[in-house]
Amino acid sequence: MSKTVNVKELIQQKDRVSKVRAIVEKMIPTVLFLLASISILTTVGIVSTLVYETFLFFKEVSIIQFFTSPELKPLSRVDPKFSILPLLTGTVLTSLVAMFVAIPIGLTTAIFLSEYASEKVRKLLKPLIEVLAGIPTIVYGFFAFTFVTPLLREFVPGLQATNALSPGIVMGIMIIPLVASLSEDAMNSVPNAMREGAMALGATKLEVTLRVVIPAAISGIIASFVLGISRAIGETMIVTIASGSTKNFTFDITQSMQTMTAYIVEVTSGDAAAGTTAYYSLYAVAFTLFIFTLLMNMFARYISRKYREVY
Amino acid sequence: MEVVEEKKKYINLEVVQKKMATRILLNKLVKYLFLLSTLFGLVVLAVLLYRVYIDSVGWLNLDFLRNRLSTNPDRAGIVGAIVGTVWLMIIVGPVTMFLGIGTALYLEEYAKKGRIHSFIQTNITNLAGVPSIVFGLLGLTIFVRVFGLGSSIIAGGLTMSLLVLPIVVVASQEAIRSVPQFLREASFGMGATKWQTIKHVVLPTSLPGILTGVILALSRAIGETAPLVVIGIPALLIPVPNSMFDTFTALPMQVYYWTIDSVLVDEYANLAAATIIVLLVILFIMNSIAIIIRNKFQKRY
Repeated sequence: MSKTVNVKELIQQKDRVSKVRAIVEKMIPTVLFLLASISILTTVGIVSTLVYETFLFFKEVSIIQFFTSPELKPLSRVDPKFSILPLLTGTVLTSLVAMFVAIPIGLTTAIFLSEYASEKVRKLLKPLIEVLAGIPTIVYGFFAFTFVTPLLREFVPGLQATNALSPGIVMGIMIIPLVASLSEDAMNSVPNAMREGAMALGATKLEVTLRVVIPAAISGIIASFVLGISRAIGETMIVTIASGSTKNFTFDITQSMQTMTAYIVEVTSGDAAAGTTAYYSLYAVAFTLFIFTLLMNMFARYISRKYREVY
Repeated sequence: MEVVEEKKKYINLEVVQKKMATRILLNKLVKYLFLLSTLFGLVVLAVLLYRVYIDSVGWLNLDFLRNRLSTNPDRAGIVGAIVGTVWLMIIVGPVTMFLGIGTALYLEEYAKKGRIHSFIQTNITNLAGVPSIVFGLLGLTIFVRVFGLGSSIIAGGLTMSLLVLPIVVVASQEAIRSVPQFLREASFGMGATKWQTIKHVVLPTSLPGILTGVILALSRAIGETAPLVVIGIPALLIPVPNSMFDTFTALPMQVYYWTIDSVLVDEYANLAAATIIVLLVILFIMNSIAIIIRNKFQKRY
């Protein structure tokens, strides 16, 4: 009852299988490389569309006017005017307000979690703080518009229904977890021996924190601030909803003003047809925004790498 | 032989003792100040959730989940937005998983540490920092205009996939890196090829980590609004989509339109709040799943 086994055939079969296997083995790296290059293509896509359409825009509008004139009227039929200055002030002011909230609260939260809190408290509080980072920005926009602005109007006379103050504050709250967790990481990487050394000399915890831990972790802390600013500059929905669409060239945070991101939303929301100057202005604004955030992110990585103390 | 002259005082005990009380007091005070500032964020979170809840009471019911969009706040519902969000997840999930795992495998298993490796890695880090609205413009230019997909689910889904890709790549890389070398060596020792090792050893072992990353990326994608607004989803009464080439609306879009229109009709704010509750519940469930996967299936070596 034995089956005859043709050894020759078996060998051939094995050869065939291993040939296929060898081909697969050779192809896989190429396929994976192609998948990995999608991310590079994305960057190329972003940069090339932004550069190309911005170039078209500057054929029609002078670059000097774009960066110096205080007037922005993209949709005016008679005499449209293009300038990024009002949008820059809007962006810078809302981000400044945000950092006034995020830096002190984020840093002190980091100090508390890393230096003062017991392990138990830390394990409880840290995930709760992180929840703040997981809430969609549109929800913050709703909160700023329907709650924070009306609340602030009770205390701040002359505050408009849309303004730079309220979205700035809410944006700051959104950024607290970013600043806190990055700063905390930096402080945690300061070795305990340094803290113990200072304490042995009689320093209190506060003195240890201010004179030993923070100076040692300063590069990471500053990097967290810079990343926070970059987040604030790129944030869209909160400012679109709560800071309005008035193209004001002003430094008064109680006024309605538009940011770069909100301008992009307004123009894409249907008013400008493809091919018009207003449409191209989108890309010039987006390009400026892209450069701003890219430079800040690179700067943050540079300082945290260059000035990191290694123990 | 030497006469001890005046004993030099390095520490003035009196001054130290006088200052001690204030130093200790300051330390204690500051501790509570830091605690208060830590709690500040949590208080705001509580106020936010409470506020949204109060606004949604009476509006969030089965009819709201079942009804279609309407200009009449009493009859308006979000079934279309829910379907739209589910469609987005159906596209973003597989696409980012495929691209993300592929990229991570290439970087961790195949690429030689060198120029190409660090170029791709830096590129991914930079992409992670690009504002979401810029991704929206990329989607508008490439997917909507050049590929002619219009403001469809597929255009929105692909844009979102590119936006959250860095999250999946970084999470997958970490998961793959944490597979211990001896597992690979054992597999090679049994005569397995590199791809067989990856398929049967590396990927199954790192799957929990990768899945956690994918779920977190998905939860980022369904909360994002800016790219969808830019792609040009109109504030109209859009019918429930049937295929991935239909125009659509999603939960965050609905929150956006109802919030800005709440100036005109007060009740729209309640509709926005009710939609936010639905969105937050979905996010909460997804994050819980991610945590469960991470705790339950991740082996430690």
